[in-house]
Amino acid sequence: MRAHPVRRTALTCAATVTVTVLALSLKPHHPPVGALPPATTPTPSSGTGTGGTSSGTRTVTGPTVQTRYGPVQVQLTFDGSRIVAARAVQSPGGDPRSRQINASAVPALMKETVDAQSAHLDAVSGATYTSEGYMSSLQSALDQARA
Amino acid sequence: MPEPELHRVVHTMGTVFTCTVRAEPAPSLRRALDAAESLLHHVDEVFSPFRTDSAVSRVRHGRPVPGEWQPELREILALCADAHRRTGGRFAAWHSGDFDPSGLVKGWAVERAAVLLREAGAEHVCLNGGGDVQLYGGPWRVGITHPLRPGTCAAVVESPGGPLAIATSGPGERGCHIVDPRTGAPPTDGLASLTVTAPSLTEADVLATAAYCMGAEARGWLGTLPGVAAFAVMPDGQTWTTGKG
Repeated sequence: MRAHPVRRTALTCAATVTVTVLALSLKPHHPPVGALPPATTPTPSSGTGTGGTSSGTRTVTGPTVQTRYGPVQVQLTFDGSRIVAARAVQSPGGDPRSRQINASAVPALMKETVDAQSAHLDAVSGATYTSEGYMSSLQSALDQARA
Repeated sequence: MPEPELHRVVHTMGTVFTCTVRAEPAPSLRRALDAAESLLHHVDEVFSPFRTDSAVSRVRHGRPVPGEWQPELREILALCADAHRRTGGRFAAWHSGDFDPSGLVKGWAVERAAVLLREAGAEHVCLNGGGDVQLYGGPWRVGITHPLRPGTCAAVVESPGGPLAIATSGPGERGCHIVDPRTGAPPTDGLASLTVTAPSLTEADVLATAAYCMGAEARGWLGTLPGVAAFAVMPDGQTWTTGKG
């Protein structure tokens, strides 16, 4: 850990995060993808089943998609050839407990008002900045100091 | 002597990405940074709602999507559907009938770029995509900008090691752009900003966006989610946190 002038006071109000985390990187408790219907392209004609036709739209219970977080089966709603909605029929870790593992990282959140100039920071998180907004951001100041 | 760091700043997706790798400079790492930069530009090409030929614009207009983009599009559709379900409809990739997965794509792209760096042997990776940060290794210190006092941080997250993502939602530079998809309106009892930490940035980003829509109710909801910590600044400058151990 790096030394930091306000660290001692900061530690007194450091918040320790619960030791279970969402195990998005864990393999979910689902059958391997090979056991699921083959992935198909998200077009109406290639889904594995068709559903409702209310108000001129139709749904296609389509591909089971292998995401980095596990398989997700998707029901797509089409209005003509436009996809107007995607719903998850099956999600990884539908049981929230299957997402829990022991934490490998326990972040300490320090509530303090920090002058970015005085604190050693590696990055700055804030509401998304645009390309223009970046120019006046703390992250930009960090980047310039390291350039 | 501090450990050497490699930096790369990439302008794309309407924002700026900063990649930091703490390691001895090596050609393989520079190549991985090149690959990460290319990947971010590629994701912009496929998912930008502002490019008429992107997959997103094609989906919006019911035009066919090139085959080589379909695996990525399928993954994003699946992740959006999953996020919609897990947030009770508060995360939505369709707004007034138009497909716009931008709220999920940026964090997903950052995670993919970080994977490229890790596959090249980088253990200590800090990737900031427009204010949303994914960390591996460490220790890292990430400031959270104070929404009411520009130029200062309201808090610092110290990550001793392992994967950690930090996503912040707020009204941003142009006033509130986040609306509750269920009402179509910004939250009435809005927070000045809301920061969520989780192991994955795709997850943290979705939760921060969804919870920000909830206004004052965000605190209770986030508190029920395992492995998630949150920090909020209210319009009067008061703060709250959830996820204390």
